[in-house]
This record gives sequence, structure tokens and C-alpha cells, in this order.
Amino acid sequence: MDPTLQSVLLGLAVLFVLLHLAGFLIWVERRLLALMQDRLGPNRAGPFGLFIIVADIIKIFTKEDWTPPFADRPVFVLAPAIIMITALLGFTVVPFAPGLVVMDSNIGVLFFLAMSSMGIYSVILGGWASNSKYSLLGGLRMSAQMFSYEVFMGLALMGIVILAGSLNLSDIVEAQRGMWFVVPQFVGFVLFLIAGLAESHRLPFDLPEAESELVAGFHGEYSSMKFGMFFVGEYMGLTLISALIVTFFFGGWLGPAFLPPVVWFSLKTAAFIGFFILLRAAIPRPRYDQLLAWGWKYLLPLSLLNLVVTAVVVLVRHG
Amino acid sequence: MLSHIRTLCLVFLHLFRKKATIQYPEEKAYLAPRYRGRIILSRDPDGGERCVACQLCAVACPVDCIALDGTEDEHGRRYPSFFRINFSRCIYCGFCEEACPTYAIQLIPDFEMAEYNRKNLVYEKEDLLIDGEGKYHGYNFYRVAGLAIKNKDKGEAENESPPVDPKSLLP
Repeated sequence: MDPTLQSVLLGLAVLFVLLHLAGFLIWVERRLLALMQDRLGPNRAGPFGLFIIVADIIKIFTKEDWTPPFADRPVFVLAPAIIMITALLGFTVVPFAPGLVVMDSNIGVLFFLAMSSMGIYSVILGGWASNSKYSLLGGLRMSAQMFSYEVFMGLALMGIVILAGSLNLSDIVEAQRGMWFVVPQFVGFVLFLIAGLAESHRLPFDLPEAESELVAGFHGEYSSMKFGMFFVGEYMGLTLISALIVTFFFGGWLGPAFLPPVVWFSLKTAAFIGFFILLRAAIPRPRYDQLLAWGWKYLLPLSLLNLVVTAVVVLVRHG
Repeated sequence: MLSHIRTLCLVFLHLFRKKATIQYPEEKAYLAPRYRGRIILSRDPDGGERCVACQLCAVACPVDCIALDGTEDEHGRRYPSFFRINFSRCIYCGFCEEACPTYAIQLIPDFEMAEYNRKNLVYEKEDLLIDGEGKYHGYNFYRVAGLAIKNKDKGEAENESPPVDPKSLLP
């Protein structure tokens, strides 16, 4: 088959799966959170309460799509689209199986980092265009949080890049045939996990939308499907971070041969999504200054140290 | 840091704990015998109405949801001509039960009285009155207090002592 056509088809398949997965994750998260809190969660509508997804979608589509009169309209409409676009574009470089990747780019890692940085624009512009104080504060927090955590997110990955000797994600996965990178790069893994969590602004690091202090933060003025886009974008970001942790540190599609590579990849990603939900259930939100202090005072030096040590070890070995 | 990891482990283990949720329509919560739910009017062991329409419950009611009016039968025995409880106002405090001198009004362990129409929450006497004695068995107010009959006032019949004068402090 023509490689271009194959890429387009794969892209469409990824889009299809991801959009459904985002809906499915709403149910998964609600059920898992409930179970972790000794509740049952939504279990009435349909088998295991699965139809709650349909109900949610119907609800979110039939709500009034209201733009506040004081909002900056074009930016207000644009902001939720950005988070979806960047999250989806981030998936183009993720290899799901050998050869099964939308864009087999030589700068895959850089592309992903660029896309996740672009995603911040969504939150900042959304907070700014809403033209209300809480939204602005949410956007402001997001920008500072992202700025702090983006820095060592990239640095945490550099250890991987040194070990694999490539920025291509497929090569990185192939380089883990002998040993998953989580073993030699455990510090990098923890750092990337924390940074990814901050990047997807989910609960331990959900300061931009902190419900108890900022009402809903940057999406406080959004309603209907515009809010839905933020919501789905957040779940996509979660899936993306999980997929990348698996790709970078847990051997991507690699696994015993009795299951096909795509299944291994999906299973590992699902496990990490579950882990992120567990984090949400267990860890309280840090204070804002604590968050920034952690980022700059501990995590950034640690990632630099990790980078230097990895580089030295690789140099000595191959030197 | 260690405490965070411990938290994660503990929360993860909660996945497998017994759930606190009671799946209501199928499973029902245990209601104690003295649970304060729906209000009923009970009858004495002989089958007569216990209520003597003294209005004490209506007076005690903090939300004024009880309305009644008293009347007398041919023997001079008082009973309510109508008795109405508006359950959309009732707060199930049980003050009416405490105020009642004849154990007539009682709160029972039943809370399933939801209605689609608010007016259906106004219970009349025929909705409230039950055939049994409710929580207090074997009590008949007139057996204790006596009853004036023709030509004989309270305490004047055989084996009766005159009623206590409630306005006097003397025994």
C-alpha cells in the first residue's frame, strides 16, 4: 500500500480510537475513583453503568453553548480546539507497533515536546479570553506551572536519548529490547512521570483549575461542547502521557510473543492510565509555591544530575 | 515522599475493600425500631381510635404541619373529626409523638413516601389511621383515665378512685 495512504488511514484510526477512548475514560475514571473511595460509582445505566458515557455526551451536546458577552470571542472559541489538536498531533509520533506509526519522524521526541508546549496555549488563551478573574488566575498558574515543569520534562528524556542514540521513538523502543529504560533511567522515569502529570494538569497538579479555590479555573466560563473539548483534551493528554511513558521507559510494544505488539502497548498504557487515576484518588493538591519550589529547587537539578551521570556512564562505556 | 507511596498503596488496596454503598431499591438499609419515619395514628387494643383531639401534637409541631379538629361522639368521647398531616412540611422530629398523651400519634420506620404530585403528600385521617396499636401495646387511655357516663362522673363508679385534681399540688 502507498505509504502516504497508510499514514492517513492510520491517522484516522488513531483519531477514531482516541475520541472513543476519551469518552470511555470518563466512565473508567468515575468507576475507579469510586472503588478507591469504597463507593460503587455509576453502575445503573446499562451494563456496569457504561451507558453513562452516552448520557454524558447527550448532556454535554444539548447544553446551552454560551459565550460570555465580555469574552474575547475569536480566542475564546479557538482555545478549546488547540488542546485537542495538540494532544492529537502528539499521538502522531507514538509507535503503537513495529511500523505502525502515523509519522515515523527522526525528531519524534522534539515533536512531542513541542506539541505538549503548544498545548499550554489552549489553557492560557482560554483563561485570558474568558476575561474573568478566576479564569485569568487559572491561566496564569498554568503558564508558570508549565514553564517550570516543561524544562525538566525535556531534560528527563535526554537520558533516554543518550542511551538510545536517537530521537526517533521507534528506535527508542527498539533500543529497549535488552532492558527497559526504566531500570537504568529510573530517576528519569520518576521525573518524567511528575512532569507529565503537571503537563496534563490532572489532579495532584490541577492548580490551573483547582475547583476548591479557583471555581473551575481556566474553563470556568466555558459551557457545553467547548467545555467538553477541554475535558476530552485532558483525557487525551492523560492517554498521551501514559503512552509516552510506556514508549520511553517500559519498552513500548515489546513484550512476550503470545500477545501481539499492539495489545502489549495498549495494556501497558492502560496500566499507566490506571496509575494516574490512582494518583488522583490518593495525593492531595500541593500549594502553589510548593509546586514551583519543587520544580525549580529539586526536580530540575535532579534531572540535570541524571543527564550528566548518564552521559558520563555512556562515555566511559563506549569511550 | 515515603508517606506518599504509602498513601498510594493504601488507596490502591481500597479497590478491593467492601463497599459502603447500599444499592437502595434492591438492598435496604437497616432501620432501627425507633426510627422516625412516616407518621401514623394508632388504635387502642379494643379497636377504638386512640386520638382524643387534644391538639397537643399540632401545638408541639415546629413546622405546623398537623391540622386537626376535635368532636365528640354520643358518649362524650372526643375524637378528631379530621386529621391532616402535610408530609411535604414534616421534618420527622417526633415532637408530636412525645407530646401525645394517648400514644395515638407515632412515627414508624418507613420513609418511602415519595410522590410525583406535591398534593399527594397531604395525608388525611383515613391515610394515617392504622388498625393496630403501633409501637405501644395494650394501652388504652380511657381505661387509665376513666370515662364519664350517664349519671356518673369520672371516679364515681365501683372500684374507682376520684381523678387527680391537676390544679392542686396536694396528693
